[in-house]
Amino acid sequence: MSGTAHAVAHNDDHAHDHKPGFFARWFCSTNHKDIGTLYLFFACFAGIIGGAMSMLMRAELQKPGLQIVGRGDFLNNLMHGGTADPGQLWNVLVTAHGLTMVFFVVMPALIGGFGNWFIPLMIGAPDMAFPRMNNLSFWLLVPAFLLLMGSAFVGMGAGTGWTLYPPLSSSLGHPGPSVDMVIFALHLAGASSILGAANFITTIFNMRAPGMTLHKMPLFIWSMLVTAFLLVLAVPVLAGAITMLLTDRNFGTAFFKPEAGGDPLLFQHLFWFFGHPEVYIMILPAFGIISQIVSTFSKKPIFGYLGMAYAMVSIGFVGFVVWAHHMYTTGLGVDVRTYFTIATLVIAVPTGVKVFSWIATMWGGSIEFKTPMLWAVGFIFLFTVGGVSGVMLANAGEDIVLHDTYFVIAHFHYVLSLGAVFAIFAGWYYWIGKMSGRQYPEWAGKVHFWTTFIGVNITFFPMHFLGLQGMPRRIPDYPTAFAHWNEVASYGAYIVGASTVFFIFMAVYTLVAGEKVGGNYWGEGANTLEWTVSSPPPFHQFTTQPIVK
Amino acid sequence: MSNEPVYDLKSGKQTPFFVPKPSPWPFLGAMAAGTLAVSAVLYMHHIKLGGFHFGLKEVGLGFLCVLAVMWVWWRDVIKEAFVDKSLTKETTTGLRYGMALFISSEVMFFVAFFWAFFNSSLFPKAAIDFTWPPKGIAVTPAFDLPFMMTMILLLSGCAVTWAHHCVLENKKDESVKALAVTVGLGLFFTCCQAFEYYHATYHFTGGIYPSTFFMATGFHGLHVIIGSIFLTVCLFRAAKGHFSKERHFGLEAAAWYWHFVDVVWLFLFICIYWWGNS
Repeated sequence: MSGTAHAVAHNDDHAHDHKPGFFARWFCSTNHKDIGTLYLFFACFAGIIGGAMSMLMRAELQKPGLQIVGRGDFLNNLMHGGTADPGQLWNVLVTAHGLTMVFFVVMPALIGGFGNWFIPLMIGAPDMAFPRMNNLSFWLLVPAFLLLMGSAFVGMGAGTGWTLYPPLSSSLGHPGPSVDMVIFALHLAGASSILGAANFITTIFNMRAPGMTLHKMPLFIWSMLVTAFLLVLAVPVLAGAITMLLTDRNFGTAFFKPEAGGDPLLFQHLFWFFGHPEVYIMILPAFGIISQIVSTFSKKPIFGYLGMAYAMVSIGFVGFVVWAHHMYTTGLGVDVRTYFTIATLVIAVPTGVKVFSWIATMWGGSIEFKTPMLWAVGFIFLFTVGGVSGVMLANAGEDIVLHDTYFVIAHFHYVLSLGAVFAIFAGWYYWIGKMSGRQYPEWAGKVHFWTTFIGVNITFFPMHFLGLQGMPRRIPDYPTAFAHWNEVASYGAYIVGASTVFFIFMAVYTLVAGEKVGGNYWGEGANTLEWTVSSPPPFHQFTTQPIVK
Repeated sequence: MSNEPVYDLKSGKQTPFFVPKPSPWPFLGAMAAGTLAVSAVLYMHHIKLGGFHFGLKEVGLGFLCVLAVMWVWWRDVIKEAFVDKSLTKETTTGLRYGMALFISSEVMFFVAFFWAFFNSSLFPKAAIDFTWPPKGIAVTPAFDLPFMMTMILLLSGCAVTWAHHCVLENKKDESVKALAVTVGLGLFFTCCQAFEYYHATYHFTGGIYPSTFFMATGFHGLHVIIGSIFLTVCLFRAAKGHFSKERHFGLEAAAWYWHFVDVVWLFLFICIYWWGNS
């Protein structure tokens, strides 16, 4: 509390004066850039943990038989003294990996990190609308992540998958405290997201610089606006669903218990009513970042700006009415499946608008393949691959065959790991100079890109084959028929792992000894408002409102 | 429209937006929420930590910590409005957006419980003989106590509008009176609900009907209590003369929240009590 005594007076015009002391600055922050930095470091930390889980999983799957989760094997010894049920331990690993990557890596990086940093900078505002609440959004993630991590070590762990379906997640399937810890982790992370989203929408609607009409906003801002609306409307439904799961588990209600008139499928509906918008919550900010980068490095305004903006709006809308395409195998009626197939295919239209507009932006542009642009082009290519397998899975008939196979794993890793995560790296390379005042070494960025690009494709492309051959998800062991491509996928994962370690060293080097850069180090093409301030920007910027003409 | 944008960075006005000083409350609030969650897990699973048993009291303590943070945080917000003149036209608009979005998220929270209700009432399952309400559940007739509760809540909605108009006409004493009436009606509603719960022939654990019934009406009841507290704070602030004709967004936000609670009740009354029970 004494920290507040050193607090900076608000409306401080002087750029570098009077930063608060360490405790006040990093624990009591009301500064969008500092909070954004906290989010990015948090996401990086959680990403290392989630990525380590990936490595463990690929090590297990490298060969048929049990390698690390079996009784007496490495991970089993480490976590449970060698006594855990291997299948359950595997499920715990899968669950923790998924929840970590979704709620504690991709969302904090794209939304909390880049959103916090660049919404005020790009719209010419001094900070977010509710700076204190902004800090609450960040700090709620810390106990949430601790609860999630703790759940893996308590009792049998939570082996439910990130979807938490009952009856596996009910007290029947998981009697211990782990699932309750996951539920509370999601409650806290959900509260964080809702508060953050309300903050973003208010900031974007209310705090734009004079002259910046909605139709003049950078596409990154549009993407954050749509994302925030999805969060405000989808996350509370998840909160309701997991609250009912909590009372079913601990207080004797019957929502998901068929023996007492409840319905386990109700949970799936509620979960996916949240879960489908959630995947757009992860990819829309990526769309925004890619649009900024493609435009900058093609030195052209984005092609079809309005179409790009409203494509995101319509993806957001349609995203709310396609949820049951995750439930084709649950016994839905034919008419229902027909509807959900058609509605899902409709999303390919605005998504196509985006992909073709990015290509059209590059067309005839003066393209410069700096590292952010490499990641952006990599994103467009690989996201499209994931989108095409998505179109396949959207068909109810086809999905009956492919449901719960590695084809689905391949699909969503192409759109998320090779989509959303590529956009995180793209954003990092694009803006690190702006955020830190120091630039990454260009050669190292390129090495990182190419090794990751090759590694992820070696990892995930063979999963299409495995899925088509019928290899099911969520198994630590498999018939030898699947051995070949699994081994290839594991080698790919190790390449990505090594590439990520390289990235971490390079990131540290950049922050400590990277070359210092000026306000607009990309030059022509980088024409949004954040490039008009210094790198790093002053502690408080735009205390005099910029005017957009 | 997407041609090179041109910025004028010099001739703009001083920003009308307020950036508060660093504050310990968000950090402490998050830690309090985490503590609450951990103590709830320990309580639900009867886990002893170092020989210490976590009962409902300890969970209550965690909850009190959360409330304490809310108290000091919002005290700061009110203080800033007077000391730092934080409430410009623009920041007040921001508060309006914020409150409207908060209420929207609350609406979606209730959607989950209504979904559960319609899932089980429109498509009753085998365990309850495909009938709704299930046999053996002695339901509360809609046009009995629940109808009176509807009237009470609607009346309190009128009372809060009365209070708002008093503020708009600078009638401080009358606004306090009107808010007292509003809060009184809110408390009366909560008492009626307690009475109804106490006399219900079914228990929370008695199958899907009581589950949906108590969950939906219970969360609504919780929101009535929250709204009553919000309005009580406004009552004391009105008595202290915090509200002026031009500046009284705290009261307006409470009124918005109260109307939201009101509308949710109307849906509960129509769907669960009236349609669902007949």
